[in-house]
Amino acid sequence: MSKAHIVLEDGSVFEGRSFGCKKSVSGEVVFNTAMMGYPESLTDPSYAGQILVMTYPLVGNYGVPERAAGEDGLSLYMESEKIHVNALVVFDHSPVYSHWNARESLEQWLISENIPGIYDVDTRALTKLLREKGSLKGKLVMEGDSPGDIPFEDPNLVNQVDRVSCKDIITYRGDPGTKKVVLIDCGVKHNIIRCLLQRGVTVIRVPWDQDLTALEYDGIFISNGPGDPNMCGATIRNLRKAMEQDKPVCGICMGNQLLGLAAGGNVYKMKYGHRGHNQPVRDEDTGECHITSQNHGYALDPSSLGKDWLPLYTNLNDGTNEGIRHRSKPFFSSQFHPEAASGPTDTVPIFDKFTDIL
Amino acid sequence: MKMNKILVLGSGALKIGEAGEFDYSGSQALKAIREEGISTVLINPNIATVQTSEGVADTVYFLPVTPFFVEQVIKKERPEGILLAFGGQTALNCGVELFRNGVFEKYGVKVLGTPVQAIIETEDRDLFVRKLNQIHIKTIQSVAVNSLEEAKNAAAHLGYPVILRAAYALGGLGSGFCDNQDELVALAEKSFAFATQVLVEKSLKGWKEIEYEVVRDKYDNCITVCNMENFDPLGIHTGESIVVAPTQTLNNKECQHLREMAIKIIRHIGIVGECNIQYAFDVASEDYRVIEVNARLSRSSALASKATGYPLAFVAAKLALGYGLHELKNSVTRTTPAFFEPALDYVVCKIPRWDLGKFHGIAKEIGSSMKSVGEVMAIGRTFEETIQKGLRMIGQGMHGFVENRELVIEDIDKALREPTDMRIFVISKAMQAGYTVEQIYRLTSIDRWFLQKLMDIVETGAKLEKLFPPAHPDGKDWGENERDLLYLAKRQGFSDFQIARALWKKKMNQESPLLVRRLRKSLGIVPVVKQIDTLAAEYPAKTNYLYLTYGGREHDVAYEKDGRSIVVLGSGAYRIGSSVEFDWCGVQALLTIRKEGWRSVMINYNPETVSTDYDMCDRLYFDELTNERVMDIVELETPEGVILSTGGQIPNNLAVALDKQHVPILGTPARYIDNAEDRHKFSAMLDRIGVDQPRWKELSSLRDIEAFVNEVGFPVLVRPSYVLSGAAMNVCSNFEEMERFLKLAANVSKQHPVVVSQFIEHAKEVEMDAVARDGEVIAYAISEHVEFAGVHSGDATIQFPPQKLYVETVRRIKRISRQIARELHISGPFNIQYLAKGNEIKVIECNLRASRSFPFVSKVLKINFIEMATRIMLDLPVERPEKNEFDLDYVGIKASQFSFNRLQKADPVLGVDMASTGEVGCIAEDTLEAILISMLAVGYRIPHRHILLSTGTPRQKVDMLNAASLLHEKGYELYATGGTYRFLKENGIPSHRVYWPSETEKHPQALEMLHRKEIDLVVNIPRNLTSGELDNGYKIRRAAIDLNIPLLTNARLADAFITAFCSLSVEDIQIRSWQEY
Repeated sequence: MSKAHIVLEDGSVFEGRSFGCKKSVSGEVVFNTAMMGYPESLTDPSYAGQILVMTYPLVGNYGVPERAAGEDGLSLYMESEKIHVNALVVFDHSPVYSHWNARESLEQWLISENIPGIYDVDTRALTKLLREKGSLKGKLVMEGDSPGDIPFEDPNLVNQVDRVSCKDIITYRGDPGTKKVVLIDCGVKHNIIRCLLQRGVTVIRVPWDQDLTALEYDGIFISNGPGDPNMCGATIRNLRKAMEQDKPVCGICMGNQLLGLAAGGNVYKMKYGHRGHNQPVRDEDTGECHITSQNHGYALDPSSLGKDWLPLYTNLNDGTNEGIRHRSKPFFSSQFHPEAASGPTDTVPIFDKFTDIL
Repeated sequence: MKMNKILVLGSGALKIGEAGEFDYSGSQALKAIREEGISTVLINPNIATVQTSEGVADTVYFLPVTPFFVEQVIKKERPEGILLAFGGQTALNCGVELFRNGVFEKYGVKVLGTPVQAIIETEDRDLFVRKLNQIHIKTIQSVAVNSLEEAKNAAAHLGYPVILRAAYALGGLGSGFCDNQDELVALAEKSFAFATQVLVEKSLKGWKEIEYEVVRDKYDNCITVCNMENFDPLGIHTGESIVVAPTQTLNNKECQHLREMAIKIIRHIGIVGECNIQYAFDVASEDYRVIEVNARLSRSSALASKATGYPLAFVAAKLALGYGLHELKNSVTRTTPAFFEPALDYVVCKIPRWDLGKFHGIAKEIGSSMKSVGEVMAIGRTFEETIQKGLRMIGQGMHGFVENRELVIEDIDKALREPTDMRIFVISKAMQAGYTVEQIYRLTSIDRWFLQKLMDIVETGAKLEKLFPPAHPDGKDWGENERDLLYLAKRQGFSDFQIARALWKKKMNQESPLLVRRLRKSLGIVPVVKQIDTLAAEYPAKTNYLYLTYGGREHDVAYEKDGRSIVVLGSGAYRIGSSVEFDWCGVQALLTIRKEGWRSVMINYNPETVSTDYDMCDRLYFDELTNERVMDIVELETPEGVILSTGGQIPNNLAVALDKQHVPILGTPARYIDNAEDRHKFSAMLDRIGVDQPRWKELSSLRDIEAFVNEVGFPVLVRPSYVLSGAAMNVCSNFEEMERFLKLAANVSKQHPVVVSQFIEHAKEVEMDAVARDGEVIAYAISEHVEFAGVHSGDATIQFPPQKLYVETVRRIKRISRQIARELHISGPFNIQYLAKGNEIKVIECNLRASRSFPFVSKVLKINFIEMATRIMLDLPVERPEKNEFDLDYVGIKASQFSFNRLQKADPVLGVDMASTGEVGCIAEDTLEAILISMLAVGYRIPHRHILLSTGTPRQKVDMLNAASLLHEKGYELYATGGTYRFLKENGIPSHRVYWPSETEKHPQALEMLHRKEIDLVVNIPRNLTSGELDNGYKIRRAAIDLNIPLLTNARLADAFITAFCSLSVEDIQIRSWQEY
C-alpha cells in the first residue's frame, strides 16, 4: 500500500494510500454525498475530467456487477461502457465484497479500467475545503512521482461533451409505429435511454452537434453531460432552430442548461455544485417537493430568460434553478436526474410527462 | 383552527420494549408545541423523565396512561388537540381505545397528526394486509386466529416453521418461533394471554431485515430520513439485533426499490408525521415482505434521529400542527429546509444491552421477542471502529471484539446457530478457533461483509500479538511497519487497553494502557473530532454534535482553550439499576451550567436519552465513557472541570483514574469517592466515627465463611466477586442453601473472595438523598421503603416524605448523615441507605453521587437537588431551602415496573439484586391514594372477584391477615393453598382450598384455575429469600406472569395495595396536576 497525495491548486495536500491503478492524474476535484451507487456514479459521463471524492467513508461494500451490455447495447448494470472519473478518492474501500450480483471488487475494476484511486484520505476535511473554496483543480500524485511533473488541468476548458458523446447515430427501436425521440447525446446516462424505451418510444441517439433538420422525429430529448455547457455552441444553435417548431423538447441536467442557453439565458459555474442523492426541489407550478439525484457544477440563471420562460423547479437548499418551462410551448427541463440511477426515483414521472405529449 | 391547549400522552414507566426513547420523543414534541405559544398538558406517571420536569410541559399529571385517567384529564383540562404518537405503544393503544369509546368526539378533542383510522389500519393485521394488498405491496403471509384450534390449523396450512405474534403488542410481546405443533401450543397460550387476536405467519428466518424511517406532511411531501440494516438476519427482533445505519450491503437498485415502496405505503395509509417500515428482504431473489409499519415514533425513530441528526419527533410534532416539511428548517444547518434526506459520512451501530444475568432460571436465547433493557449507539468512520466502540459501550466488561477474557463455549456450532445475548462474542470465539467467514455465514446467515470486517479485527489482533512491545516508551525503536499496524488497529477501533493486552499479554498491568497512550501520541496517532451535520459537510452546521474517530486527520471544531467548558459525564446504556433518572440528573446539570454562563459539554452514547440531544448542551460528544476517551476529550476541551456525580456509577468508577491524570473533578474529591466506594476503607471510617453497620467480612474459603456465619447467625447476604452463572448476590438462610449457592454460582478462592454480610430481617430501609457543600449538608430528603429490607432499593416501593418513621429515627439518620458528609468532605449530591430496626440504625451503603431517587424527591419536594448540587460544584452560592419535607401536605409514592413477562422462565420475585426496569412516581393527598395510583400506573389492575393467596411463612401470614380480612369484607372470593387456607380458617376468614402443582392428584389445582382465567390477582409470598426454580411457588408465579394476571410477591406491598383498593375506588382518585400540589 504505497502512499499517494491529493495536491490542490490552493496548495493544500491530503495524504492517503493508493489503490486501483497506480498512475498520477489531474482533474477538477468535486465531492458527492451519496451513500451508495458507486458503480452508477463512476460510469456517469458527466464526471468526465473530474476527480471524485465520496463523502460516505465505506465504498465498495457490495462489489461491482458484471460489466456486460444487453442486446440493445446498453450496459446491464451501469450508466455507460466505462469509468469516466479521472480518479476516485475515498476514506475506505472493501477489498472483500458481498453481493450476489458482484463479479469483482472496486479495486479490481479500477485496475482493469486504468483508473487510479486513493483511500485513507480525510474526505470530510477535503469536502469542507471544497465547500469553502469551491471546486478546485487538483491532482492525484503517486508515491515516487513528482507533483511538478503533473500539470493542473481544468476540464472545463476542454469540450468534454465532444469527448464522451457518441460519434454516430444509434437507433434503439421501440414497437413498430411508435413515436420517435431524438436524444441529443452530450454524455448520456444509459438509464435515460432505458426510461424512454420503457415508455415504448423509438430512441434516435445522435452526436451532440448533429444537425437535426434532416431527421424525422416527434420530440427532442437533451441528455446530461460533462463540463461547461457554453462549449456546446452547435447544440444550442441546433436547438434554437428545432424550437421554431412546436415539437416537445425535454432536457435533463446539461439538457436543462442547453435549453436555457437556447432560450437566450445564461449559465454560470457554481461554487461547488450539487452532487448527491438528497437534493430537495420544489415544483413551482404544483408546490410539490421532491428529493432528487443530482450531479452538476453549472447552473442556469432563470432571471436571464425571456418572458416566455418560467422556472419549473427550484432547489430548496440554495434557491438555484432546477428546471424551466416555456409558457405556451411543450418545452421543459430539469436540472436534476429524474432517471435517478443512482438515487431516488421520485421524479421518474417526468418521462411520462414527456412521452405523453409526443 | 388555532389551538390553545394540546394534550400529550407519555409512555409511563420504562419497560422492556418501551424505554427512554419516548422521553426523548415526548420532550421534543412538547418543545415543538410550546414554541408555537400553545399550552401543553402531559400525562405521564414516570416522574424520573425529563419531559415531566419543570419548564417542559405547562401542566403535568403523574397519572396512569389509561383510558379512564386520560378521560378524566380531558374532562378537566378540555384540550383542543391530542398527540398519540409520542408515548409508544402505551399511548397509541390508549388513544385508539378512547377514540373507539367516542371520548374524543364527546369532548371535541382533535387527534393531531396521523388519523386514528390509519393507526388502526397499521395495528390490525387483517386490515393492514388488505390495505397493502390494495397497492400490490407484499406482506408476510399470515393468518389471524382467535383460538388455539385455529392457530394449529393455520400453522399446518402454512407449514412449519411459523412465527406467532400477538396483535397490538409492543416489542414482540407474546411472540416467537415454533418449529412444530408442541411449541405452537405452548406459545399460543401465552400469546392469547396478551391479545385476543394472534397471527400465525410463515417464518422467513434468515432473510435480511431492513428498516426505513419515513416522514410525510399534510401536503403529501415525503422523505425517508434513514435506512438501517440489521446485522442479525430476520428471526431476531430488531430491538435485539445489532443495527447498522445506513445500509451497508444493499446496492442502489435494492435501496431505491425499498424506498419507493416506503413512500407508497406512507401515502396510502395516510400518515401525517413519522412512521417506521420494516422489511424482510431476500438477497438472492430480491424478494421482499413488509413486516410491519409503526405509525408512531419508535425506538428505531429515536435511533434514526440520533444517527442522522434529523430530529424526527420534533418535526413530526410540527407536521401534526399543520406545517409542511418545506416550511420547517433543518435544525442543524438552520439555513436549509427540513425537506431533505440526511447524508451520513460516518457509520452508526446500535447494540442492545441485556441484563439476563440478573435473573434466576432465565432463557438466554434471543429471538422474536425483546429482552434487552437498553442500547448504545456508536459512531465511527469504519465498521470495525464503530462496532468495537459499541461493544465497549454496552458495559459488560468487554474491551471490544477481541482481547477480552476467554469465553467458555462448549459447542460453538450450536451457539452460532441458536443465538444468545453473547452472540457477537461467540462469533469472535469462532473466528479465533479457526472458523472461516463462510462457515459462520452458514450457521448464522449474517452477511459475509459484516463477518469479513470482524475477521479483519481478529487478524489485526493476531498481528499485534506478534509484535514486540517497544523498548523505548516513545517507540523510537519502532519502524514504519509497527507504526502502520498501530494506526490500523486504532482505525479499526482497538482501545489502548486492547493493544496493551495484545502487546504485553499476561504481563500487562494497570499502567499498560497508559503506556500505549504515550506511545501512540508520540507516534502522532491521535483521534480527531468530527461533526454530525446531516449533509455530509455540504453545508456548515450550527450545532456541535460530535464524535471522535481515527478516520481523519483534522478536527471539525476549533477549541477556544479558554477554560470556560464544564464537562458532564452521562450514564451510558440503560440497564437494570441505571436508567432515565440519571439522564434527568445529567440534563439538569447541563441546564444549570448553561444558565450560569459556562459552556456545557456532555459525553454520553445512549440514543434513548434527552442528554444526547444536541440542543441540550453547547457541545455533545456522542462517544465512549472510558478513561481513554474521556481523556482524549478533556485534553481537547481543557475544561474548568468535569462533573462525575450526575451520571450514576459509570462516571464514578472513573474518578480515581481521571484524578491520577490531573483531571479537575468538580465536587467531592476523588480520594473521598474512593473512600466511599472501597468497602474496607468505608467500613473502617464508619468504625472510626462510631457509626453502626451490618457485620461483614471478605472471605476466601468455605471454612472461614462457616466460622463467620456461626458468629453472626443466618440469614446472611453473600456477594461473590466472580460469578459463574445466575445473579450476583444471594441471601442464604441455612448452610445447605449457602453451600449450594456457592458451589453452583460462585467460585470461592483467594483470587475470588466472597463478601458475607449479616442480614437483618424485618428491618425498615430508609434512604437519605442529600446535597452537601464542603462536608456540610445543605438540603436533604429522607424517604422510607414500604417493603422490609431485603428488597433492592431499586425495586422497593418508596414513600416520601416517610409516613411511619419514629421522630427519633429521623433525628439519628440526620445526625449520622451529617457526620458522614463531613468525614468524606462531600460537595455535591450523595445518597446513604440505612437499616432501621427499633432504635438501631445501621448504614448499608453510601454513594457520593446522585441516586436513582433524586428526580423523585426533587419533584415531590419541588426543590431541584441537582441544580443545587451543580451550583455548589460550580462554586456558586446556594441557599438552604426553607421548606422542609415534613411540612408537605401530600405524599409521593415511587413504585417499580417489572418486565418479567418478557424474561421467559425468570422467577418473578423481588430480592437483593435489582430486577425492575422502570418506575413511576405519583402524588396524592394521602398514602393510600398515592399507592393506588402508582400501582395502577405500573400495570396492576383492581381485581374483580377471585384472588389466589399463598402467603408464605407464619410471620408473613400474620402480616397479610388484615388485608385478607379486608378482601373478604369487600366481597372478594379467596382461594388459598394448604397452609394459608388453614391459617385463614383459624382466623375466621372463609376461603376455598386449592392445590399446589406438586399435589398432583387433588383438585382444584391452582395452576388450572390460572389457565382458565378464574383468578384476577395472585398473592404469592415466597417462604424464604432464596428462589428455587422448580418449586411450587415458582410455577404459580411464572404462570401468573405468562398469563398476564397481576402478581404480588411481597407481603408489605400486597398489604398496602390491597388496603388501598379496598378503602378507595378509582373514582375517588383526585385528578390533580403536579402544579396543583
